[in-house]
Amino acid sequence: MDELRQESITSALLKLIKAKTSRLGRGFRIMEVCGTHTMTVYRYGLHPLLEEAGINLISGPGCPVCITPDEYHELIIDLLTKRPETIVASFGDMTRVPTAAGSLQNAIPASSSSLKIVYSPLEALDLASRYPTKEVIFFGAGFETTIPSIALTVKEARIRGLKNFSLLAALWLIPPPLRVILETGEVALDGFLYPGHVSTIIGSEPYQFVAEEFGLPGAITGFEPNDILLAILSILDQIQAGHPEVAIEYRRAVTAQGNPKAQKIMAEVFEKQDAFWRGLGLIPRSGLGLRPEYQDFEARQRFSLHVNFNQGATNSACRCGEVLRGVLAPSECPLFGQTCRPESPYGPCMVSYEGACLIHFKYHQTRRKR
Amino acid sequence: MRDFIGQIIVPTFANPRLRELLDATHLPGEIAFTTDSYVIDPIFFPGGNIGTLAVNGTVNDLVVSGAKPEFISLALILEEGLPWDDLKLVLQSIQEAAIKAGVQVVTGDTKVVPRGQADKIYINTSGIGRVIGRPDLSRVSPDDSLIITGPVGDHSLAILLARGDFGLEAAVESDCAPLTFLLPLWENGAKWMRDITRGGLATILCELAEKLPCAVLIEEKKIPLSPPVQAAAELLGIDPLYLACEGRAVILAPADQAEAMLAFIKQNPLGKQAEIIGRIGGGVGRPGELILKTKTGGLRLLEPLTTELLPRIC
Amino acid sequence: MCLGIPAKVTAVEQGGLGKAEYLGTKVRVNLSLLEEVKVGDWVIIHAGFAISRLDEAEAQETLALLREIASYERTEP
Repeated sequence: MDELRQESITSALLKLIKAKTSRLGRGFRIMEVCGTHTMTVYRYGLHPLLEEAGINLISGPGCPVCITPDEYHELIIDLLTKRPETIVASFGDMTRVPTAAGSLQNAIPASSSSLKIVYSPLEALDLASRYPTKEVIFFGAGFETTIPSIALTVKEARIRGLKNFSLLAALWLIPPPLRVILETGEVALDGFLYPGHVSTIIGSEPYQFVAEEFGLPGAITGFEPNDILLAILSILDQIQAGHPEVAIEYRRAVTAQGNPKAQKIMAEVFEKQDAFWRGLGLIPRSGLGLRPEYQDFEARQRFSLHVNFNQGATNSACRCGEVLRGVLAPSECPLFGQTCRPESPYGPCMVSYEGACLIHFKYHQTRRKR
Repeated sequence: MRDFIGQIIVPTFANPRLRELLDATHLPGEIAFTTDSYVIDPIFFPGGNIGTLAVNGTVNDLVVSGAKPEFISLALILEEGLPWDDLKLVLQSIQEAAIKAGVQVVTGDTKVVPRGQADKIYINTSGIGRVIGRPDLSRVSPDDSLIITGPVGDHSLAILLARGDFGLEAAVESDCAPLTFLLPLWENGAKWMRDITRGGLATILCELAEKLPCAVLIEEKKIPLSPPVQAAAELLGIDPLYLACEGRAVILAPADQAEAMLAFIKQNPLGKQAEIIGRIGGGVGRPGELILKTKTGGLRLLEPLTTELLPRIC
Repeated sequence: MCLGIPAKVTAVEQGGLGKAEYLGTKVRVNLSLLEEVKVGDWVIIHAGFAISRLDEAEAQETLALLREIASYERTEP
């Protein structure tokens, strides 16, 4: 499927986009919600090319590293550093977030304890089977793309009767923060690129409110560079036709109803709950927690931990929240490039590989040509 | 590490030769001298072991600094309890690698430390070679070409998979090999060479760019990748430009010699996938920058690797 | 948050497990989030799970569209 990355096709798509924005007479601000989209755009150097074509892509809150509050990280660091005979299993990117207690990656484990980077939640389960005398705590962070896999893992733990496996759940739903961003009306947006893989699970229906209540166009987008450009074209077409909708531009992987089996498994294990998002505060029914029948797997329950979300306590100079809402461009943050740099990050937007600030920091350099 | 070397090591041992921080230092009498220590885990991996690394790593430092490797020293620190068979296999591999690289182990030392005070085996090798050429960045001109000798990342991936398999079955082997076949290029106008070790291609080219009064441009589509590395990189979300090798180099060739040098490199089995991947200048970027032209024609600034490469799910 | 790779299923085993192949590399994959996966099916893999099927016909349509756009633009001044 080379065509999805082919330079000649990218150029052709950019020309088409430019033709459309010229005809429409202005530039457009489109929010791409998913951190992986931010990454693809950066990796292929598309941002400056899109700006030339009249499209300003703004990063949204779809980055689990960025929006998981420090309290979760501090909790898991505490468990690793204070509990002996414990294995903390985590996805790689989550381990680098700096908190008042340092990062998970740099934490010194308690005696006979260790941190294991895993690629799949099932690896955490295998660790629990392999080391029955150790307590395995899986730091399960993610959006709807990952949640069904975590749900299946918990079900499997129940089936296997594993008593030494638990989950610190940091699970987030994509549609609620979009509503918050639109309702506060802080940032002028012309459309959305919806996350392709979240959508393989949830389908297109959860985004309909954006088109119906707020009149904004959007497209469910794949992750190859030319997928993204096709989706932008779809948004421009919707604008031209005055007909906002939720277009599926990743039809090879996404259907309107999503993945019903995955949705069912999610609903079996998890239920919606209010959740605190870094930078966005409390959003009703925007997170997931284990249902009562699975609560014994929740690390906070098992280790009698209470989390106090004291949003004011996080580094008050850090403006990541505004960046995540699309209100502040990275370069507009007073700390950007000065006190907050990749080697000395103040907040998660500069830590995460997909963080808007880290990526902008790198872009900023390429745009100046001889 | 760079800070440690820059802020502590160099000032402590303030002498002009050390300050240059070359892969191998040139001494009076046209002798080159280098040293390296090897602490890899696991000690056996597909395509090699700590012994093959210990020879080739030091040999390659000499080659890329413009010297023909001749002699190496071998210092072993062994953890009590290391199985004899493992040790014998490592030593045999060292001898085989030395023969392939055309060097002799002429002096050495062995120490045994109590169980738990070393991780199985640590090796230090120092190497001596005869200077036949000299990297000289003052001779760099615009459009000088960068040639890579083969695909990147195979060694790193072999190690990553040997440590924790992430559910992947990849037919990948370390690219650990001697670069001695590149030596004639020094007598044919090569201006600079580096072996692509820690930090990968992007890091070593950043280090080159930093020393130049212009930018360096490389093209993503010209960089060879073996299919397993490409697959694993995409599955795990790792950027192959930062994966270390142990038998690949980048050579800076004068523009009018690049094709001839490429042809020469390709004659050797270790160089059959060599490519010209970029050039000095290229009309983009600012002095000291390394710029990548992506597959889709965009441009991106590459920076040195500062943190550990971790698998992503995002 | 959505690194997902298209891969072809090469083995379907007990308990929802299987293997898929991408560029010649085989990866262990859990197929329990999808119904009736068969050898030869294409799936999207994320964190060791197949989360969606890849529809070959739709894929071909997208590729054809891209090729068409490229050739159309080539003929434009």
